[in-house]
Amino acid sequence: MKLLIIAGPPSGGKTAVIRQIIKNLPEDALPAFLKIDVVHATEDVELAEEFGIPVKKVYSGDVCPDHMGILVLDDALNWAKSLSRNTLIIESAGLCLRCTPYTTGSLGIAVISAISGTNSPLKMAPLLALADVAVVTKTDLISQAEKEVFRESIRKVVPSIDIVETNAVQGTGLRYLMRRIDNHPDMGSEPVVLRGSPPLGVCTICIGKKEIGWKNHFGVIRPLDMPEPIYRGD
Amino acid sequence: MTQKSTIPEFTLTIQSGKNRFGEKEGFDCIVIRPGDTLSIVGPTGSGKSALINDIETLAQGDTVTGRYILINGEVPPESFVREPAFKPIALITQNTRCLADLSVEEFLIMHIRARRPGREYLLAETINLANTFTGEEISLKSRMSGLSGGQTRAFMIADALIIGDTPILLLDEIENAGIFKNRVMQSIQGGNKAVVLVTHDPYLALTADRRIVMRYGGVSSIIEPTGQEQDLVEDLALIDERLNKIREKIRLGTAFSSGSSEALMIAVGQGVTYK
Repeated sequence: MKLLIIAGPPSGGKTAVIRQIIKNLPEDALPAFLKIDVVHATEDVELAEEFGIPVKKVYSGDVCPDHMGILVLDDALNWAKSLSRNTLIIESAGLCLRCTPYTTGSLGIAVISAISGTNSPLKMAPLLALADVAVVTKTDLISQAEKEVFRESIRKVVPSIDIVETNAVQGTGLRYLMRRIDNHPDMGSEPVVLRGSPPLGVCTICIGKKEIGWKNHFGVIRPLDMPEPIYRGD
Repeated sequence: MTQKSTIPEFTLTIQSGKNRFGEKEGFDCIVIRPGDTLSIVGPTGSGKSALINDIETLAQGDTVTGRYILINGEVPPESFVREPAFKPIALITQNTRCLADLSVEEFLIMHIRARRPGREYLLAETINLANTFTGEEISLKSRMSGLSGGQTRAFMIADALIIGDTPILLLDEIENAGIFKNRVMQSIQGGNKAVVLVTHDPYLALTADRRIVMRYGGVSSIIEPTGQEQDLVEDLALIDERLNKIREKIRLGTAFSSGSSEALMIAVGQGVTYK
């Protein structure tokens, strides 16, 4: 099983990149697709219609979608295996950018739009830093110089990351991504673990209490003038 | 030329692909050498921008046209495509907006770092050159996203010439953002660069060494002027000059009461000429 984990902010072009990946996979590849989102997503239906591949969708609701993705990943691998698929493509919801859904054995692909602002790579540092490839989309909307400046901004965060620039709707430049996917090995028998530690958000807001201000909550909380979060409670 | 180039010489070869109907293009290969100027002409949607994009991405049969682009007769190394520091090509796209949330100075410093670090001394030179192309002055403190269409275009051309400093320069319709195209052409030519420009401007199209004609997404023919167009070029130069004079007067607020001869007679007021 080859595992591709695609993460990135909303509307950055993740699904457009996935379409191109599916279209350009080698003939013997049998992909399956899992979409994780919060309350609404249609990518699964679209990809099933377009390519006739098995798809699945998970809504995380009140739970952090990246945490949800981590929880269901094992089942998803078994699901793809039970259908005799050999490539599982997972698309993250792309919300807070603090979690990094990439695991050992997977190919981690961060998708960022070239028009998302020069400093955006710095803001999503962990999402980029633990990825194998950064795919920069919508490069047809910017000038060559801007493209090169954006690349420099990514390099500031991760000097050695493989950067692929594309207009994902047309698929230009994706030959380098496809080569990387082709060369990526199948997962071994070692247990799959996360590459980074996702932050914990254990407080009473997590369980639905709506009051504002730390005095109304227990768990990991933080007053404004305290440099670090503290634990409040038993 | 505003700077001495230390760049190596490159020969670029375009090998033909197919047009929208799958028919072979009207050439086998086009060889572009240092100092050459080529224009690309054709109706909108005929594949002009796609051709220069093929050149910029050094296509290897992997774009819709199926063209191959060679450098010095060989498949170029991947670094020429993927690493700005090795890329021998600068492209000025039609974009007249820059979305980078940076000041002009920060943008240039980052671009210098991407292309060839340690050349921060080029900042002033780049801005000064850009300001010769545009009527409204750009400063190092300007925000990139706040530049006008013409300023952005002028800036990007100056950036390509000075920071990029590449042996091959591709320009997509420089004439359409209201910048001083003749000054741009003067800066570009004579520096032993190979220049390929997409244009709808008759004078620019005809003064190129070769003219690539596009149709249905492919090259339909290549015209190499044999001197017979020279009279037309001279006529066009005069028409262009007259048009420029009238255009500048209009831009500076002149009102006209009769025919074009009068429009040309009125002197442009002192102190209102652009820098």
